[in-house]
Amino acid sequence: MIELQNLSKNFVTADGPVDALKHVNLTIRDGDIYGIIGMSGAGKSTLVRCINMLERPTEGSVVWDGKDLGALSEKQIQQVRHQITMIFQSFNLLMQRTCLENIMLPLKLIHMPRAEARKRAMALLETVGLPDKANSYPAQLSGGQQQRIAIARALATDPKVLLCDEATSALDPKTTHAILELIREINQKMGITVIVITHQMSVVQEICNRVAILENGSVVEEGDVSEIFSNPRAEATRALVYPDMAEGMDSFGTAHQQMVRLVFQGAGAATTPLIASMAIECGIAANILAATTRTLGGKVYGNMLLNIPGGPDELATAVKFLKKTPNVTVQVDVEYDAETAEGEEAEPRG
Amino acid sequence: MGDYIATYYNPDKIAKAWSVIQADFLRETGVTLYITLMATLFAILIGLPLGVILVTGDSKGIHPLPKPLMAFLNGLINLLRSAPFIILIVVLMPITRAIVGKAVGNAAVIVPLIIAAFPFVARLVEGSLREVNPNIIEMSLSMGATTWQTVTHVMLPESVPSLITSFTTAITTILGYTAMSGAVGGGGLGNLAITQGQQRYNQAVLLAALIVLVILVQVFQSVGTHLAAKADKRLKNK
Repeated sequence: MIELQNLSKNFVTADGPVDALKHVNLTIRDGDIYGIIGMSGAGKSTLVRCINMLERPTEGSVVWDGKDLGALSEKQIQQVRHQITMIFQSFNLLMQRTCLENIMLPLKLIHMPRAEARKRAMALLETVGLPDKANSYPAQLSGGQQQRIAIARALATDPKVLLCDEATSALDPKTTHAILELIREINQKMGITVIVITHQMSVVQEICNRVAILENGSVVEEGDVSEIFSNPRAEATRALVYPDMAEGMDSFGTAHQQMVRLVFQGAGAATTPLIASMAIECGIAANILAATTRTLGGKVYGNMLLNIPGGPDELATAVKFLKKTPNVTVQVDVEYDAETAEGEEAEPRG
Repeated sequence: MGDYIATYYNPDKIAKAWSVIQADFLRETGVTLYITLMATLFAILIGLPLGVILVTGDSKGIHPLPKPLMAFLNGLINLLRSAPFIILIVVLMPITRAIVGKAVGNAAVIVPLIIAAFPFVARLVEGSLREVNPNIIEMSLSMGATTWQTVTHVMLPESVPSLITSFTTAITTILGYTAMSGAVGGGGLGNLAITQGQQRYNQAVLLAALIVLVILVQVFQSVGTHLAAKADKRLKNK
């Protein structure tokens, strides 16, 4: 378990002092894949560097395995860093060393005999799926392959915690997916706790079970990923969860139509053709104005904005029907306008 | 121009020059190489660690050292680098005598050469090490490396191609300095050019010495450039 208690970090810059972190409290349980998400400048990188004391916190403490890391000497911290390892956005491989030598580097630091280190590095190359790259140099590898080598290197000392600092931000979506799969596999098979720093909600959605949202150095929201996705409370969270929706939905509010907002909170709705059923059972052909739904573990989270054609009766029927669906909240956001509502059909919208 | 050639490059002068070349050039080239290589070796032995300290001991380095110490080292390096070599030779005579037992001769030239060259090497090494990607140094620290381990396992290996280039610059510069060894009775091509050429009005000897020095610089530079490129694994498809 890693506990961040009242963690603050101030930097003194040429433009005066900067509070990079302000009284952060977080608990990361063993076995978690814990996401820390925020826009750039939110303090994510500083936060992750406080966990392994690359940055010493100005205030507060980091407690891992019962040890207050801030109270340890530099020598003791170096020992801890064999247990809490790190991968980076820019991979940070030694460019003048082969992949095998890169993976052996942390083992050399702990004075493991060369033959043994070599054997372990070869096994790790196998783990990350690049057994034939032992004697290649990093420059000969793609970005995804370089990150795999970096992951193998981070695993060399058999760590308990893996810190991922924007580890997939330099990769294309397909490669990102493959690397995240590998990280998940490492978490599950080796029982390594993973802390993922990212600015991409899709990364959190794909592998994290818990998430904290960081804004201007403070945690504005924290909890289970499914909970945060279905019901984002903080403004910063909403901007991250529904980046396209936030503005789009507001503009529909002035459209003078009968509108219903569905909020999916883990509904099994992926298997229920809700809109089609409504058309068949009630004879109401709802128009989907906007939808930002995400599927997490087979369940649907998110928002959908419907335009219900017809008058108040149709609206009432539709609401009644929709409310029967479990885990879906129905909000009527309507501004009723007789003129548009009396038309036979609602105008289809973008 | 015609007069100049008639005076300095007439058959008589050229014949004399040729006899000097045959008698002394091979030996004096050897002396030049000996002085150059010894001075470069010691300049690197002192300059390399000093360059490392300049980078790691910096206030933003991985192991900041007391500010007065860093100011002293930087000041000393700047001082030695600003003194003209010919003056340094004379000023350092007592120190040279203390180290090698005499202030003249080949061995005596090597001492001021080392003292003139090591600050230069330290600055070159500093430049090479500062080129190492700071993210890679952070990576090293993040995996629990000590300062010493970061220097030996990460910073130096990562900057090998750049260091080879720096040492090539150092050796060609030191070769140029050896020409002044004649001032304290040291041998070598520079001394030969002055004593057999200039002082005996035989420009052909001067020219021949110059040609050999140019060839030596070319050879050092080509070998250095080749080795640096060969050592660099950053380029694909090698």
